[in-house]
Amino acid sequence: MELKLALKVDDLDNVATIFANGVTDGMQVEMRDKKGISETITVCGDVPYGHKIAVKDIQAGESIIKYGESIGRASRPIKKGDYVHVHNLEAMRGRGDL
Amino acid sequence: MSYTFMGYPRPNGKYGVRNLVAVIPSVVCANDVAQAVCRQVQGTIGYFHHQGCCQLPLDLTRVTDVLSRLGQSPNVGAALIVSLGCEGTDHQRIYEEIKATGKPVEIIHIQELGGTSRAIQAGIDAAQRLVQAISGIQRVPVDISNLVMSIKCGGSDATSGMASNCVIGYVADKLVDLGATVVFGETTEFLGGEHILARRAVGGEDGPVGQKIYRIVDEMEKRAMSIGEDMRGGQPTPGNIAGGLSSIEEKSLGAIVKSGHRPIQGVLEYTEMITDHKGLWIKDTPGREPEILTGMAATGAQVMMFSTGRGAPQGFPSMPVIKICGNPNTYERMQHDMDLNAGRILTGEKSIDEVGEEAFEMLLDTLNGRMTKNEALGYFGSMDIFCLGPVI
Repeated sequence: MELKLALKVDDLDNVATIFANGVTDGMQVEMRDKKGISETITVCGDVPYGHKIAVKDIQAGESIIKYGESIGRASRPIKKGDYVHVHNLEAMRGRGDL
Repeated sequence: MSYTFMGYPRPNGKYGVRNLVAVIPSVVCANDVAQAVCRQVQGTIGYFHHQGCCQLPLDLTRVTDVLSRLGQSPNVGAALIVSLGCEGTDHQRIYEEIKATGKPVEIIHIQELGGTSRAIQAGIDAAQRLVQAISGIQRVPVDISNLVMSIKCGGSDATSGMASNCVIGYVADKLVDLGATVVFGETTEFLGGEHILARRAVGGEDGPVGQKIYRIVDEMEKRAMSIGEDMRGGQPTPGNIAGGLSSIEEKSLGAIVKSGHRPIQGVLEYTEMITDHKGLWIKDTPGREPEILTGMAATGAQVMMFSTGRGAPQGFPSMPVIKICGNPNTYERMQHDMDLNAGRILTGEKSIDEVGEEAFEMLLDTLNGRMTKNEALGYFGSMDIFCLGPVI
């Protein structure tokens, strides 16, 4: 079977980016970090190419980390393997309501 | 190791990588005449912007500055200014400043000449003279330290920050180490990553450059929110979101990767031109293509390296734009628009450094005269000038 790869850019990250087509709910992907160390994660949700999954459980309100930096916060609890995007991640910058 | 490129010498000591006659409408109302001249006369390009009248004085000065600097930029060998006659910009200043660089320059006034058809005729005659005057200039070998390269990412997706921007970062570092100048912008896309840039500023985060980085980001964020709305819905763009970028912070962190790792020497204003600045510089610009490409060409950049994931096809009239595509699927679909496939990094075929070297070689070829894909296609018509106030 074709390798379904998810890349984690920084050790601090709690999300990884999927660089594979056709990743669907329940499928297993290989998450690799910078050093090439890999872990198999079961994906929850259909995840398009270039989109993210959680690599650990994330509490509601907790920061979502990519490139070792905050890219927003969890708007609801996120489980390891969950698809992470605008439905459960909210930006904290450039907002008129904060 | 030293590198040279073949450049067109200009009377003011700069070197162009293209040898064009710029037809410059001093106001939007002169565009049709300028377009007719460009259609007829080979070797011309036009700056068809939408500004120049019924604007606040600060913006009229800004438009005058930008048009003047586009005419002064090294890829322009001569300029024809097309003035209506009653516009708000200072067309005489544009003429004088370009003339001061020693380049041939002419100006026509539509109202004074008696209207459209007469102005088109006078414009064609003038442009023909200018093209002939510069057409014999020969390229000479010059050191790469004479290069100003601008960089930009557009139509970004999640591959941009992990492939194509890394490649541009590699080239940016190499150019800075060779004594050249690199300029990046897109202040909107520093939001969430400004602390990283400020720490890279000469003098550190608390020094004047670091503080100016914080200030321009703060001003851009406030400007976006000043009409009572927030940025979400505009940035990231719907295309960015479909490509996997969930927030402006995520887009920013991926975007700043393209600036490489060298210290940031300072922050240029949108209208400011590079004189003897070397190293890595920031230019305060928005992210949208027509305005930032114009700002970068007005900086005096001879070339742009442009990263994309979704597939942004456009270039700029007088500045070759090299498209580095981070998404291997997009590259497959849009090979006739994309110059280099950095998606091979994500499929594991190549390393960042290997594709970085390929991009550097492609840069040298482009400087020496090889057309980029958007140049050969003539896909460079849309440009505009970033103004601060309303049209009144």
